[in-house]
This record gives sequence, C-alpha cells and structure tokens, in this order.
Amino acid sequence: MSQRSDSAQPRQLPGSLNTNRRLDRWLKIDRDGTVTVFPGKVEIGQGILTALAQIAAEELDVALERIRLAPAATSYSPDEGVTSGSRSIQEGGMALRQAAAEARDLLLQRAAARLDVSLEQLTVADGQVTARSGGSVTYWELTSDDLLARDATGDVAPKPLAQHAVIGTSVPRRDIPAKVTGAPSYVHDLDLPDMLHGRIVRPPSPGAQLTALDEAQVREIPGVVAVVRDGSFLGVIAEREEQAIRALNRCQRIAQWRETAALPEPDPRYLLRADANSEVISEKSGDAERATTTLEAEYARPFVAHASLGPSCAVARFSDGRYTVWTHSQSIYPLRHDMSKVLGVAQEHIVITHVEGAGCYGHNGADDVALDAALLARGVPGRPVRVQWMREDEFGWEPFGSAMVVRMSAQLDGEGRIANWTHDLWSHGHSTRPAGKDGVNLLGAWYLERPVAAATPGNPALPAGGSHRNAIPLYDFPNQRITNHLVLKAPLRTSALRSLGGHVNVFAIESFMDELAATARADPVEFRLRHLKDARARAVIEAVAAKAGWRRGEKGDGARGRGIGFARYKNLGCYVAVIADVEMGREIAVRRAWAAVDAGLAINPDGVINQIEGGMIQSVSWTLKERVQYDRERVVSRNWEDYPILTFEEAPEVEVVLINRPDQPPLGTGEGAQGPTAAAVANAIYNAMGVRLRDMPFTRDRVLAALA
Amino acid sequence: MAITLIINGAEHGVTAETETPLLYVLRNELKLKGTRFGCGRGQCGACTVLVDGKAVQSCDFPVSAAAGKSITTIEGIATDGRLHPLQQAFIAEQAAQCGYCVSGIIMAAKALLDAKPRASECEIRAALKGNLCRCGTHHRILRAIRRAAEEMNR
Repeated sequence: MSQRSDSAQPRQLPGSLNTNRRLDRWLKIDRDGTVTVFPGKVEIGQGILTALAQIAAEELDVALERIRLAPAATSYSPDEGVTSGSRSIQEGGMALRQAAAEARDLLLQRAAARLDVSLEQLTVADGQVTARSGGSVTYWELTSDDLLARDATGDVAPKPLAQHAVIGTSVPRRDIPAKVTGAPSYVHDLDLPDMLHGRIVRPPSPGAQLTALDEAQVREIPGVVAVVRDGSFLGVIAEREEQAIRALNRCQRIAQWRETAALPEPDPRYLLRADANSEVISEKSGDAERATTTLEAEYARPFVAHASLGPSCAVARFSDGRYTVWTHSQSIYPLRHDMSKVLGVAQEHIVITHVEGAGCYGHNGADDVALDAALLARGVPGRPVRVQWMREDEFGWEPFGSAMVVRMSAQLDGEGRIANWTHDLWSHGHSTRPAGKDGVNLLGAWYLERPVAAATPGNPALPAGGSHRNAIPLYDFPNQRITNHLVLKAPLRTSALRSLGGHVNVFAIESFMDELAATARADPVEFRLRHLKDARARAVIEAVAAKAGWRRGEKGDGARGRGIGFARYKNLGCYVAVIADVEMGREIAVRRAWAAVDAGLAINPDGVINQIEGGMIQSVSWTLKERVQYDRERVVSRNWEDYPILTFEEAPEVEVVLINRPDQPPLGTGEGAQGPTAAAVANAIYNAMGVRLRDMPFTRDRVLAALA
Repeated sequence: MAITLIINGAEHGVTAETETPLLYVLRNELKLKGTRFGCGRGQCGACTVLVDGKAVQSCDFPVSAAAGKSITTIEGIATDGRLHPLQQAFIAEQAAQCGYCVSGIIMAAKALLDAKPRASECEIRAALKGNLCRCGTHHRILRAIRRAAEEMNR
C-alpha cells in the first residue's frame, strides 16, 4: 500500500514551533492593547526575555512596551525542553518570530475584511492598521479569543531584514531596573501567606546512609514544625528561617551516618585508568606531505563548580493530592516528569512555574531543590514551604563540570603545515539533567527509603556533543582521528557546566595549535589562518588581532605576554576569537582581554556583548583559579574560601568586537567565550615566560613548578 | 526579644532572638527582599547593607548589634522617587547579568563613594573585595561605579 507522503509528514516549522504548533501557545493579542508572549525558555541572567520581546514587537509591529512576558509554567507554556546549549534564540526566538508573523497576518486579514480593502492597502504602526484609503482599526479591536486557536502553517514569511527596527538594536534589559532597586526578583524572594522555611540535612559524603537521629532533640527547638525523614533523606521545617537553620545545625551535629564513598585522587588522570566506552567520532585520511616533526601533549582540568552566587531555592505546596512548585529550573517539563516518578502522582497533578534564580551556568541544584521542597511540603499539607540550600550544600551537592584529560598528537610537514592530528579525550558524562532515558536525576530521590536510582549518565549527541563538544577541530587537516573515551561511572556527580566539554577541548586544541606554531616557527595568528578555510572563522581571528594590535611574532618580556584562542562553539554556534594579555606577579593576572564574535543576526547586540564579556571573565576564573577539592570520601570545597573565584581586584578589562551579520541566522552566544579564553590565557603565559601550562587551574605553584 | 531598628530612616519594632542574623529580619520580618543570602559567612557580599554608613555583611551581623543604629538597604537609597546615581549608572551601563550580586555591590560602592567621592579605580576594586560576581559582569560594574562617581561629584 502506498502512503501519501505530503500529509503524513507535517511541515517543518522554525525552532520549537515544530513541536508546539498552536499559535496561542506562543502569544495572545489582548483587548487592553497589550500582547502576552508565552516563552518556554527561561531567563537565567542571559537577557533572553528582552530579546524575545524584541522579536515579538518586531514581527507584530507594536511598541516594545506593549509586550508582556508570562512566566514559563507547565500549566500553559510551550514545552521547549531545557534552556541550555545557547539555543534559546535559535529554538524559542525563531519559533516566536514565526508565530508572531502569522498572528500579524491573521490580524491583517481581519483588518482587510473590516475595512473592505485588499491586504496590500494596509500598513501597521504600533498595532494600528491603516488603509491607504483612510480607514483604520487596531489589533485590540480586531482580536478575539479564537484568533490564534490554530496551528501555525509556515506559509507566512517573517519580516525582511531591511524592515527591522527593533531587532538588531541594543534595547535595555527589562529586568535590570527591578534588580538595582532591590525589588523581589528571584524565587528566593517569594513570600507566600503562611509560608514555612525548610532546610535539607545532606549526608556528609555521597551515598552515605543515615543510621541514627534523635528527632526529639530537633523538635524541641522553638519554631520547628516538622522533621521529615524518609530513609536517608532528612529535612527540617520551621516557622522562621533562622529556626530552620538552627534545626539543620543541630541535625548535623547529632545525626549519625555510614559513609561509603571512595573518591579518586585529585589528579584528573585517574580517568585514564578507568573503564571507558571509546568511540572514534571523526576520522579523515587524505594526502599529506611527508611529516617531519611529531609533537605530543596532554592537557587536563579538574572538577569545576557552577558555584551560583545564590544557593538553589524553591517553594512548594502540597494540597488535595496536588503539588504546586516555584522553581528556577532550566527545564520545567523534564523536572515535572522526574518529580512525578518520585512523588507518585500524575504529571498533571504537579504544576511547576518558573521564577528567576541566580545565574546557574548550567545544571546546578535548581531541579534538586524543587524536589526537596516538594518532599518537605508533603509533610505539612496546605502550607507552602520555602527551601534554600546553604552555601555548603551548593558546593557539596551540585553536579560539577567533569574532570577531563585530553591527549593530543600531531605531525608537521616540511612546510610547517599539520599533516596528522589526533585528539583523545577522557571524561565523565556531561548531562544528567532530569528526564534522562531511565531513572530519576534528582538528588533527594536517591536517598529515600525506597530510592529511585539515577539515570544512566550520558552525553548530548553530536554534532553539539557533551564531553566531545568541540573536540572535532574546525581546522582543515588532511588526516585526523578524534576519539572520545567516556567514563560512565563518576565518583562525583557531573552534569552540564557552561560549554560542557568545549572548555577543555578548545583549551587543548588551541594550546596545541600554539605549541605547533612555535615548533613551526610561525606566528600563532598566521598559523591558525594557514589551516582555516571558513571565512567567518578567519574574520573573527583577524578582527580580534586588529583590535588588540597583535604584532606578528611578538615575544613577551618574561613577565608579560599575550595569546590567542579561537573556536566556533559546538562547531555550529557563534564564532569567537579571544586575545588575552597576562602578567606574572605573585599570581598570574589577566590584565586585558579582547574578543571578536560573529553570532549571525544579533537580536540585541549589547546582549551578545554582555554574554561574551561575562563568559571571558568567568573562563579566566575557571582557568586560573578553580578546582573542586575532595578527600577520599568527601567534597571539602564547601565555601568561597575553599573555592576561590576571580575577584574585583583580579578581573580583567574586556572589550568585544561584534561582527553583526543580519543576513545570517542568529547563532547561540552564551557559551562561546569559555574555550577560546582558556586557551588565550595559556598561550599568553607561554608567550610571556616560555612555559607551557597544560593543567588547569594555572596557580602560582604550577607556574613555579613549570619554571623550575 | 523586642528590638527597635532604624531602617531607611524609619523605626521598626521586630521580635527576634538576639543572635539572629540581621539578613533574615530584613527579608522575612520587614519584607525587604533586595538584600540577599549568598553564603551565610560574610564571604560573598550579596547581603551587604550599611550600618551607620559602613558596609556590613548582614548574614553574619546579629540583629541585636544593629539595634538603635541607622541601617540602609538597597530599597532606601533612592530619594524623592529619584534613583540613586549608582542605580541610574547600573541601568545606563546595563551592569547586570543575573543581578543577584548587584544590590550588595551597590551598597558597598555607596559606602565607599560616601566616604571617598573621588575614589580611584584601585580603591573601587579594593572596596569590592568582599563582593563576588559569578556572571563575570565585573567590568561593567566597575564602569557603572566610575560613572556614578562622576555624576555624584558634578
């Protein structure tokens, strides 16, 4: 029997519109002269909501002030999966652009009928539709409840570039005024009537079992309402926050645990001896000149923490068998999926609403604390419970960015060109977000009397990749082999940290390119261009070199120097090249850094620049300073003294050149600076002092050891 | 015990154990949510307020020690409906990403500029020694503080 292919396969629609096809899932034209947009992507400090408002205003031809943004909620928002991977503009933004363009078209059809003119006769300004013959009508008069109660067709083209008036302008962020005046802005600030305060008593080490607790000693503390114990999951609830903390402290003093963790040595090279699934992810053989010189090098990074400034927080209420949860999760639907498994209620009986949190930079404790709050709320039906992790919980229990080791080997031919290139990387998985393929990825679930096991850890698939993100070089080498050695069994919890494996792979590739350039006696910029055909890649390297005043072959003076790093994020996102200037004093300092970025069409240029600036500074912090410390059983980095990050005294001056390409699709930006910056710093240190640092972080001790 | 606090120029009677950190009284009793919990150990500055003009980390400052002193929070620095020059400068420079650190940083900067209106770049950076920013907005924040200083000296 033959199939009719035209109707069987629905038309591919832009971004998340393809899987959320109803127009009214995305926006609503209100009679009061406003437009409500329902994004499934969430604000995590990256400015996405401002950019989405710009897109809607642009396509609808209404003033930006008319756009309202509904918080993402499982009760009405489109399911856009996770806000991660620098995909929000590409997925959410492009969906909204199409939906808004179709909404505008429907409004114009109504206007044409109302004014009895053809569509070509109509123009729109701020929601007012005017016919050339003189009549006019507004969107607010034309709208009705059923206007957008239909699927998108994909038949309407978004506005042509030349007509853009709002997209491409640096509209100020919508959220900043509230944040600088101290208005409630975060889930941490929610304050519901009758709200109680909860704290979780985490075990001293991963997998530890609670063996004894005299609950009476906790209940006697004034204000304590409940002690919730379920297996080795333990929480306290009190009327006042300081009372909950007092109860937590007492629990920590008197609870007894059986510890079983066996953590590895601090050097990430333990990965090289672990069982791994090895897979060749790219192989190329071609003609090359005879190789004359071989170079090998090994690079490594320890576990790195997200280290949000605001510890994870959630509010939950349980009543009539239903849960209501407020969370800063990046993935409200996947969270609901996993919570329903743990709580034993249907997904429809859990309503999850997003409220902004502190910046997360990937998968931190946001989802876990939402389950924590629900588990405590179950113990006090009817009353909302606010749970905030303590600083020690955040460092001790967030999933870290995995430790990684990369081994590189390459051969140069007599002309100073790379003839062979191999890249082997060892890492744990970089994705243990909720709604994994099996199990439940929520911390509290693993400690219950009837525990729900964690999902099998894994990696996002290529081309984006996880541990292997950016492992395949963008350079044109005639021969290459890239192998991913994935170590599934992780001694510490790992998950997505901004750029995933990209930070380490780009650090390794770009450091190694510098080592090869030095061997070939070539200038690092020229050497990169020699191996790079992609015109946009070349353009960012040339732009940053011009901006920083790069001088061919310039050597550092023994204490100061500069280096360059480059990548196209995920090999499909934005192009970023970074130059860093370092200076060796007591510690290594990055004094200045420049970046050039090409993110295609920049919806909000200042938003792109802000993300790249922040990424550079954060990457300098990771690269120079950061390392999660642990002993054989416990994570011992528990506060900012044990886990120092870059301070205001150490922060570099940064400058970003934006290469705007309005005729090209927008490309994800949020994570693009992480890898190139790390490499630029390593290369600058080599340029300054002639020593090659291959193990992050680049502490004073490591510099001295390298110099010795 | 009952404690009288002078917050943003107004007297408030609150009831709390003496050793309760000022932070929780501000946030939960007085509903001033702009002062934020970051570490509970005075290491990150998210909870910075002014006590008699000096920057103090309210997460490890007992409420009893604040009794009778003049406390200023982020909610109290605008005057007559006009934002403080620091607040205006942070908006003008778009000096925030997630913004969680921002109110503490504005308060630390206010303490500095009130005492030393012509603070140098080095002094500004040193005054923010106790404030962390995780998004990497340092460069914009420093620019905003310099801009506010210029405005305040005009």
